[in-house]
Amino acid sequence: MAAASSQTMLPDFSLSPRIDQVGVEERAARFTTRSIKKESKLNGLKLILNMIDLTTLEGKDTDGKVKQLCYKAMHLHDAVPGLPTVAAVCVYPSMVKVARKALEGSGIKVASVSTAFPSGQAPRDIKLRDTRFAVSEGADEIDMVISRGRFHAGEYNFVFDEIAAIKEACGDARLKVILETGELGTYDKVRRASDIAMYAGADFIKTSTGKIQPAATMPVTLVMLEAIRDFYYKTGKMIGMKPAGGISKSKLALHYLVMLKEVLGEDWLTNEWFRFGASSLANDVLMQIVKEHTGVYQSANYFSVD
Amino acid sequence: MRLEVLKTYKLYIGGQYPRTESGRYYIARNKAGAQLANVCLGSRKDFRNAQVAARGAVAGWSGRAAFNRGQILYRIAEMLESRRAQFIDELLLQDLSQAAAEAEVNTSIDRLIYYAGWCDKFQQLFSAVNPVAGSFFNFSVPEPTGVVSIIAPQNSPLLGLVSVIAPVIAGGNTCIVLASEQKPLSAITFAEVLGTSDLPGGVVNILTGSVKELVSWFSDHMDVNATIYCENDSSVQSSIREKSALNLKRVFFYDKKDWNSEEGQSPYFILDTQEIKTTWHPIENIAGAGGGY
Repeated sequence: MAAASSQTMLPDFSLSPRIDQVGVEERAARFTTRSIKKESKLNGLKLILNMIDLTTLEGKDTDGKVKQLCYKAMHLHDAVPGLPTVAAVCVYPSMVKVARKALEGSGIKVASVSTAFPSGQAPRDIKLRDTRFAVSEGADEIDMVISRGRFHAGEYNFVFDEIAAIKEACGDARLKVILETGELGTYDKVRRASDIAMYAGADFIKTSTGKIQPAATMPVTLVMLEAIRDFYYKTGKMIGMKPAGGISKSKLALHYLVMLKEVLGEDWLTNEWFRFGASSLANDVLMQIVKEHTGVYQSANYFSVD
Repeated sequence: MRLEVLKTYKLYIGGQYPRTESGRYYIARNKAGAQLANVCLGSRKDFRNAQVAARGAVAGWSGRAAFNRGQILYRIAEMLESRRAQFIDELLLQDLSQAAAEAEVNTSIDRLIYYAGWCDKFQQLFSAVNPVAGSFFNFSVPEPTGVVSIIAPQNSPLLGLVSVIAPVIAGGNTCIVLASEQKPLSAITFAEVLGTSDLPGGVVNILTGSVKELVSWFSDHMDVNATIYCENDSSVQSSIREKSALNLKRVFFYDKKDWNSEEGQSPYFILDTQEIKTTWHPIENIAGAGGGY
């Protein structure tokens, strides 16, 4: 039976590697000491722009707000020619249609959160309908949340099956699985949740919803990158990574790129395999780019409002 | 027998006392060439960090009641008074005579009291209700311009510093100050006074270092609203004018001021870093009420 044979390939998730907390934090801190200047800094900044999932996930979002965000995604700062666009715009399912229309022909993807984001506390059939609705409205990518409560209760099969079911509902849309690391508590659990998500069919694993503190941190991202690396060695399949929440300064974003390059290598240095979930990061990166061009420190007054 | 603990003269940024990020220092000497202290040689990035702190402090500081700003300026004067002897000693080290040092400290304290008083009064002086030919209540009020970069006077290490900082913060602005290059000790000790005066972090940021190296950053930063320079070097002045034009900073040269005299203090120093905001408020026919605007 096909199911049985694929089941035998699955590892026992309770045996996922344990993480050395001190070691991971020390290692993550090392990445912040690299010095990146001039030309390489400028290229790094442009790459960061191109990796951003420009996000608005608020109860007060309106069609107008989403259209404005989409315009910004396409015209980051027209005063500087040759800038890339962001990778995607990330919205709630009810806003997908608006975003899809606004981004027509731009090549920018529409990402939609789903599965009762951000808590994930809803029955599976609702989560599935939520996902199918977003896909049918035109979402290219789905950002789902895992059931953290079930995960903490040790019901790994439930979490695994849920991700697999959502993956199936996604069809051609790429699936990002949000672990919400701020609610997982330990690096061990982050690693275990990463393994479950990847084996269940995630195309990306993502740290956070942005609604819970702490959101993305460098050590947590490092743990997940290492999980991706191990998964790649075992299966030959590349998985993407998306830290989200709390990355609002370009310097920090550059540190993440350094970490990405040194853990996973050059193949991952593209927006196909790495994203930043952020809203205010774009403006800070733009200010740094203009600073590199003009030699003059910039003011937020001269950049678009987020 | 004990070793004396010498003070490390550091910068004052965002309410904290960091060393310069550049790790550089220079030696402050008196006229005879004796070494007084190792002083931080501040860098472009120190200025950048100070600007971020200053910008972050604008909303809170300008949003305080004017009366409360006055109380805090008064508190600065109190703290300075209690450290009078220390400041006099430090000025003596920097070649001032006993009489001059005492006068410098005394006048500095008095000047802070002077501006403490002005905090909630200059608004009345510079505000106006304007006569307009229409059904509007039209009035103008001064509002703080925001972040001010200041290159402090070289030869008046304490009084000059106080005289340029006090009117700027009295008006609700925040500032980044480059202390006297030759006589930087009093500025850093004054930062300790500020740090114990309930002044929110970031309202005043004090750097030490080379004027020549830092002046362009003080004048071309797009997120600084006004700049003040206190020497009469004309090439520096024209460079400041040129770079400040980038974002239309207000530029002031206080190069002919005698800080020891009465002309060193005036509410017009406060007005320099204020913007006048005029409001046109629609009303019914004002003449109908018998008013005389």
